[in-house]
Amino acid sequence: MLADFSIIELAKKMRSKEISPMDVITEIYETIGKIDKKINAFITLVDKEQALRIAQKRAKTREAARSPLFGLPYVMKDAYVTAGVRTTAASKVLDDFVPPYSATVHRKLEDAGAILIGKMNMDAWGHGASTENTDYGVTKNPWDITRSAGGSGGGPAAAIASRLAIFAIGEDTGGSIRNPAAWCGITGLKVTYGRVSRYGAIAYASSLDSVGPTAKTAEDCAHVLEVIGGKDPYDATSSPQPVVRYSGELQGSIRGKKIAFPKEFFKEGLDGEIRKAIVEARRVFESLGAVVEDVSLPMLEYGVPVYYILAPSETSSNLARYDGIRYGNERELFTQETKRRIMTGTYALSSGYYDAYYKKAQKARSIFIEKYTDILQHFDAILAPVTPGMPPKFGELLDDPVKNMMADLYTVTVNIVGLPSLALACGFGSSGLPIGMQLIGRMFSESTLLALGHNYQKTTPWHKKHPGVLA
Amino acid sequence: MNTYEPIIGLEIHVELKTKSKMFCGCPASHFGKKPNTQTCPVCLGLPGALPVSNKKAIEWTIMLGLALEGNIAEISKFDRKHYFYPDLPKGYQISQYDQPLCRGGTIGDIRIHRVHLEEDTGKLIHTNNTTLVDFNRSGVPLVEIVTEPDIHSTEQAREFLKKLHQTVRYLGISDADMEKGSMRLEPNISVRKTGEKGLPSYKVEVKNINSFRFVEKAIHFEIERQMTLLNNGEKPKQETRGWSEGKGITISQRSKEEAADYRYFPEPDIPPMRFSRHQISDVRRQIPELPDAKRQRFIKTYSLSEYDANLLTETRALADFFEECVKIGKVPAKKLANWIINKKPDMENVLPAALVKSILEAGNVISISDDVIKQILSDNPKAVEDYKKGKQQALMFLVGAVMRQMKGKGSAEEIKKMLLSKLQ
Ligand SMILES: [Zn+2]
Repeated sequence: MLADFSIIELAKKMRSKEISPMDVITEIYETIGKIDKKINAFITLVDKEQALRIAQKRAKTREAARSPLFGLPYVMKDAYVTAGVRTTAASKVLDDFVPPYSATVHRKLEDAGAILIGKMNMDAWGHGASTENTDYGVTKNPWDITRSAGGSGGGPAAAIASRLAIFAIGEDTGGSIRNPAAWCGITGLKVTYGRVSRYGAIAYASSLDSVGPTAKTAEDCAHVLEVIGGKDPYDATSSPQPVVRYSGELQGSIRGKKIAFPKEFFKEGLDGEIRKAIVEARRVFESLGAVVEDVSLPMLEYGVPVYYILAPSETSSNLARYDGIRYGNERELFTQETKRRIMTGTYALSSGYYDAYYKKAQKARSIFIEKYTDILQHFDAILAPVTPGMPPKFGELLDDPVKNMMADLYTVTVNIVGLPSLALACGFGSSGLPIGMQLIGRMFSESTLLALGHNYQKTTPWHKKHPGVLA
Repeated sequence: MNTYEPIIGLEIHVELKTKSKMFCGCPASHFGKKPNTQTCPVCLGLPGALPVSNKKAIEWTIMLGLALEGNIAEISKFDRKHYFYPDLPKGYQISQYDQPLCRGGTIGDIRIHRVHLEEDTGKLIHTNNTTLVDFNRSGVPLVEIVTEPDIHSTEQAREFLKKLHQTVRYLGISDADMEKGSMRLEPNISVRKTGEKGLPSYKVEVKNINSFRFVEKAIHFEIERQMTLLNNGEKPKQETRGWSEGKGITISQRSKEEAADYRYFPEPDIPPMRFSRHQISDVRRQIPELPDAKRQRFIKTYSLSEYDANLLTETRALADFFEECVKIGKVPAKKLANWIINKKPDMENVLPAALVKSILEAGNVISISDDVIKQILSDNPKAVEDYKKGKQQALMFLVGAVMRQMKGKGSAEEIKKMLLSKLQ
């Protein structure tokens, strides 16, 4: 199917007129028609006729196309405002909210000629790791529909795995791109804080939120990042650091690259099959000439408590605007999980508790920054698991708030520090479920991570496999 | 009966007249505009919108801090202040908590506690059966100036406010128009027994004051109210009260127990600010000559009386107008000063050159000062008495007296007009 091709292959076919933007749209909508009822990845699907109209418009101007994303259909986690297209953050509080403006990332993709076809399911407001905390029905894992697709961006990840779009835009606050990428067997990039504008991304926790691509491969992620990265006058926290041609730097050899293997990430609590798959990936990197060394990254265990002070505090503030006055729907419509996080955060910020919780967590944040900086001074990347376990059955996480939090153990510290991290498939468990790993890098070292990922994917088959739902 | 001493602190909000709002590109000037025509995703607090600071507003706040002789922070930041109110679209106001742009400073004997920058809220418009929200004002830059509780009388409060108002206008950073709400005052008032040291254990904050006159009335009312309570053996409650101009009293709005917990925390959407000495001295260079310095200079350079210099420096526009007239060089400064003070030329429409020309054309006709008129009136009580009884000759007698005093200069018509205005 066309959706199996890489972005660059599709761009070549379009340039040579072997295929048209309409062909891709048509195939994708066919697949969506067959598959989405099984996995429920979409909250809002753009009307097919409208998508085709835009595709026809693109087809007429394709000679002028500069970006390889030109004419390609993409989806976004429903956490981004899109002018004229309903945006819910998976919460009934915004059930009928049609934004009057577009997120910078959406605008940049439209300018590049890509075509938005849908807004994807997620845990409401980003609150969750399983896309069960949604008001629009759970998203099912395309490899086993009795299991979670991960979260909070389960929708976009499941859509990429099922070939319902060429690429997707996710949003990662504590693992929301990487966790579902791992559980759906695809590739997701959590960018450095400030690499991509957050303007128009519905805030979960502003100091942790990051906007990044989700796609089949590291190479595809590189092409998307080239378009969406960069300083935005509308986001004071976006960085002036220049956007490099990530796709141009993929081919370089990774010989001599130094990769850290932190023992704290592989202690008990980590699923045996996941450990085995990542140890195997370590060998692959070594065989490609990288040097992998064992290191210690203490404090990992404090990541979850620190995250669950900072993120709820900020979310209690960010969700204050949904006061029932301007968006029509009452606050009662917040889910239990969201209410829990609002309450926790409100408590942590209250006078008398602020010093003991929020301020202390900020201090811990500085220590995390030091620890990661220490290691990354000597290493180009850190190799780690994404989640402690395989995709859970529905209810497993939702019924156990603590287990739900622990699902974030390996991902949250990366957001606390603001580092980039690439999650990609590195094998399959005995039950046929995908296994993911992550490569964590220095600030603004996306090109290194993408090159490591690309070299790995050139020698491994995992990213090419189709999930059961497509069979 | 005990005697009491009032302890008063002031909190003043001043809207800056920057071109755009504090965190977005919408126009900051909102008075009289059609509701909700100057809004965008940022100042409406729409999902996903982010604030980007207005550099000018930060510079101007620093400038005010410097003009008040305060200390400018090397590192400052914005914080979120949370409370629910329909005119606050994000559920929090971007303000400054523990690292304001400026700490300290003085106006005369009164110490400034801090000067910080924040965003204004929208406005509620109450009609018969509905309340509407206008967000044109939402996000307009607002400077908050807080004094130490150094004020002990309504007169001192008035002096302070007049001086602050004048300084803000001189800096050209705000219209500071009380009626339009671009300057808003909140006194907090308590009283202690005369001779006692230390602050009372309570204070009463008064809101809804929109003129200098009302602030005096409200302070006066509160002092009396609190003294009466204390004399009856009651301690006044710590609370927020509102000034009701209609009734001429303050009314309890919110007690201490109901005080909000604002859950301040650093605004994550705006990186902290750092200012180098170089940046601060750059701002310092932009500070124009302030009223005190200008007055002293006028006295020295133009040999004006303190009284005249004071009048001429009341606003920067008037002082500039005067100096432009002086620069033309054809009329002595002192004569110009008298002319401008007495004739109050319409500065909007009369150019300095035109004014000088008309003075020259008037030739020997010199301006008649108020002082002379007053003096003649008090020297001739009998003539005044007679005029009031209806004797028109008495008026002519007074005109003659003024002319003699002015050694034959000045027009009889002009003198008659001025006398009449005093005799009414
Ligand atoms: Zn605006």
